[in-house]
Amino acid sequence: MALAGRAALRWGARLPSPCAAAAPLCRPARLPAACERRYSSRGKEKLDMSTYPVESIRNFSIIAHVDHGKSTLADRLLEITGTISKTDRNKQVLDKLQVERERGITVKAQSASLFYSHEGRDYLLNLIDTPGHVDFSYEVSRSLSACQGVILVVDANEGIQAQTVANFYLAFEAQLSIIPVINKIDLKNADPERVEKQIEKLFDIPTDECIRISAKQGTNVETVLQKVIEKIPPPQCNTADPLKALVFDSTFDHYRGVVANIALFGGEIAKGHKIVSAHTKKRYEVNEVGILTPDEQPTHKLYAGQVGYLIAGMKEVAEAQIGDTLFLYKQPVEPLPGFKSAKPMVFAGMYPMDQTEYNNLKSALERLTLNDSSVTVHRDSSLALGAGWRLGFLGLLHMEVFNQRLEQEYNMSVILTAPTVPYKAVLSSAKLIKEYGKDQITIINPAQFPDKLSVSEYLEPTVLGTIVTPHEYIGKIITLCQDRRAVQKDMLYIDENRVMLKYLFPLNEIVVDFYDALKSLSSGYASFDYEDAGYQSADLIKMDILLNGNPVEELATIIHNDKAYAAGKLLCERLKETIPRQLFEIAIQAAIGKKIIARETLKAYRKNVVAKCYGGDITRRMKLLKRQAEGKRLMRRIGNVEVPRDAFIRVLKREPDK
Amino acid sequence: APCPQWPYCRKRCSYCNFNTYVVPAVDEAAVRACLVREAQTLLRLSQVHRWVYKVAHGECWALRCPPAASHPLPYSVSSVFFGGGTPSLASPGTVAAVLEAVAAAATLPAGAEVTLEANPSSTSTSCLAGFRAAGVNRLSIGVQSLDDAELRMLGREHTAAEAWKAVEAARGLFPGRTSIDLLFGLPGQSRDAWAQRLEAALGLCDDHISLYQLTLERGTALAAQVQRGALPAPPQELLADMYQTARTVLAAAGFRHYEVSNFARKGALSTHNLSYWRADQYIGVGPGAHGRFVPLGEGGHSREARVQTLEPVAWMREVQSQGHSTRSRVVLSPLEQLEELLTLGLRMDEGITHERWRHFSPQLSLQAVFGAPGEARALLQHGWLVLDSGGLRCTWAGLAVLDSLLPDLLWQLQQV
Repeated sequence: MALAGRAALRWGARLPSPCAAAAPLCRPARLPAACERRYSSRGKEKLDMSTYPVESIRNFSIIAHVDHGKSTLADRLLEITGTISKTDRNKQVLDKLQVERERGITVKAQSASLFYSHEGRDYLLNLIDTPGHVDFSYEVSRSLSACQGVILVVDANEGIQAQTVANFYLAFEAQLSIIPVINKIDLKNADPERVEKQIEKLFDIPTDECIRISAKQGTNVETVLQKVIEKIPPPQCNTADPLKALVFDSTFDHYRGVVANIALFGGEIAKGHKIVSAHTKKRYEVNEVGILTPDEQPTHKLYAGQVGYLIAGMKEVAEAQIGDTLFLYKQPVEPLPGFKSAKPMVFAGMYPMDQTEYNNLKSALERLTLNDSSVTVHRDSSLALGAGWRLGFLGLLHMEVFNQRLEQEYNMSVILTAPTVPYKAVLSSAKLIKEYGKDQITIINPAQFPDKLSVSEYLEPTVLGTIVTPHEYIGKIITLCQDRRAVQKDMLYIDENRVMLKYLFPLNEIVVDFYDALKSLSSGYASFDYEDAGYQSADLIKMDILLNGNPVEELATIIHNDKAYAAGKLLCERLKETIPRQLFEIAIQAAIGKKIIARETLKAYRKNVVAKCYGGDITRRMKLLKRQAEGKRLMRRIGNVEVPRDAFIRVLKREPDK
Repeated sequence: APCPQWPYCRKRCSYCNFNTYVVPAVDEAAVRACLVREAQTLLRLSQVHRWVYKVAHGECWALRCPPAASHPLPYSVSSVFFGGGTPSLASPGTVAAVLEAVAAAATLPAGAEVTLEANPSSTSTSCLAGFRAAGVNRLSIGVQSLDDAELRMLGREHTAAEAWKAVEAARGLFPGRTSIDLLFGLPGQSRDAWAQRLEAALGLCDDHISLYQLTLERGTALAAQVQRGALPAPPQELLADMYQTARTVLAAAGFRHYEVSNFARKGALSTHNLSYWRADQYIGVGPGAHGRFVPLGEGGHSREARVQTLEPVAWMREVQSQGHSTRSRVVLSPLEQLEELLTLGLRMDEGITHERWRHFSPQLSLQAVFGAPGEARALLQHGWLVLDSGGLRCTWAGLAVLDSLLPDLLWQLQQV
């Protein structure tokens, strides 16, 4: 994420001189960041990174459950190493987005190079911040692949939570060194011993390895830095090898194009080098390299083991996909493993509140997706809601964050429809297989749902969910999970009164309101996280909504057979509340094929005429009537039934969080 | 038709959101002078003296508009309606002064309808006689209910017994020219209770009744009580039943249902109100009064929608300095005039005659607009509307759901 000059000024960022090996922390004054951010940093004295050989480099991340203090710890580390000046205002320095600060989450990974002197030796510590949510687990795993170790932060009061578990396993599977840190020991209810025991039980880490700190007060934070140097190995790579650079994040700058965050697994890189993307095979010439402190600081070169940024004339973030490998032209290398394109798991329709806003929304979407290539955008149109888009997101939080950024950063108010998930069908009909050119298709739009007769199996996406909860809520949570068609995979007491549950969930069962339900029945104490768990066979059907016998295309849904009755009833009831009464009776029905499974009746108007209408009242009256007449244009006619756009919005719209 | 507004009331009723004011003392002489002055000014502007007009606070002089002629001469004021507020709180002298001004500025024929709105609590026989002497020849009495509990809920000052007395007194003085207002659909009112009120009203009434479904207007005390659940909201089905009951009962008693909420027998229709629904010209005089007329006196050629200043003190100040206190004047486009005609005209049993439509739309006939394929024709085919040699009008069933028909009709009109 490009960083606003205003913010950089406030942090009073400073940079140590790399030349003075004997003076560990010399801090030359530098130009106000505000003037350099917008423009190229050319003309400024460049750093020589060759003074930091591989042995003095440590690349690490901080991972934690939301609110356990990851960002506060990062702030302290930046302060101690002199990367930013010490003030009371350093709060979530690396979280730049309004939405990140408001929600206490990290959406965009942000990195910072710290210079630290330990036992007479200068170290370059690269803090690679990771997105703080499972929706971004692919990005987390790419960020982690640039690291050799992690600091695992756990709240001394709340103990291990769902996301702690998920993050731990990501680091563990990547075979990283793990430094457990128990934070917030200054809190009144802090119980670090209990948390140490949880860590021992669940993660098999001896209790004496945990570092007890208060990031807020700075207690023991220095110890964390020392452990980073002692326990995390330097990267294993060689400057003499050919260039091999991992792209682990990218941002878009309106003046300079794409800024790619890279970690060098071999070789060196400098301005003028010709490089190639292993994924796109496109060739670029490097314009600028540098390190992040956390704003961009140009350097002459970057060397193996180092982490920094690169600008090379890439026009779109899609050209610098996360996980891609860069190498020198005519010196190809084996790409780093694990690359995959972002795969949307949750889809939702997005429409402007008012069609006249279409172009504004379009340009806002374009600008926002410049920085977030993981959002897929397809033009879509609905008879009821007009022209819009079908957007694909990595997950629910990703969707919410995207929507919130649209509202906050672009002042756009949109209709976002309830999210759906991508289903699949294994085709049995030779005709359809020929038509699609394959025997398995992904269904995003219910209109494409193939008939049962031409399908051997329907598949739905699943996730493995982790819930950590105080034990008194287990009963209610198990009931909730069963209602959501989830299958229990594991249940483990992590201490006397805390339980970790693992369930395999159909994804569509958690995309709408699962998290809210879980939070409300556990008074906010249960935490939840999930990871992709592939597809499973499912008894799916397409449910139609009929108005006086005519199907309403935009209300058709793909749903599990067991849920059809309840969902159909709910939809019919909501429609009854939102469709205005008309001159005739309206039957609102939910149907599977020809079978009606739910019905509501909207009675005809028997009286609808204003009682008093004399001279004085007529102006106001005319306004109302003319608005209604205008509204006719926005009405969607289903047979003889007129349905106002508002009714569709109210039925299709995602319910806001309570 | 001038409609002078008397904006003052002794007490605000719980359901009323009109532009009314409860003040400790009214400087009646000043208000009277202003009503007279504004009436004179506006009559001159409208050149109604060449045709017809009406005056009041909340009341208008209906101007009988000449058929198919833009500057017909001469015309006279066909009716005057004193509305409010509570105009019966004004003294007969004020009413007389306004009527004299009208007669001086325009022709006020002896047969012109001069109506006064009155409350049962401000209508002693002697007072009514005073109004009659001043020139009033028709009385509209706000009875609202003939049940004491209902009257209390409505915040009315009078009892059922006082309403009886007032109506009887009025009928004595204005035989065949006394109208009563009744409300139905009160919170908690049952079908049976309404049937009883209706029966009682038939025993009391003269030849004109206005039956209004209670509208819970936002901002009124009654609406607030319903909103917070202190009183039940009347169910839609019940309201429909009450309306149908009333229509049936009154028709059986010989009343003509000549407008959505108005019933008359022996030809006792309100000339003044008919002039609104027929989209005639009228002049509004007094605080917050509305008017529709062509200001020929200012060289205007188009019908204008005018509203006088709402607040009485400001209104008086402006009348004193400028002769009138017109707060807004908007020229109505030909389409807007037709929209009003349609909206108002269909409220009457006579509907919109071809002649009247032609007056506003010389080029395009009713048949051309609504007989063409479209929404309106569907409504005709479904039996909500009739379009024949008499014009366009609602059927019995259509009248009760007119507000569901109008958006379609207006839409079709806009498309022509």
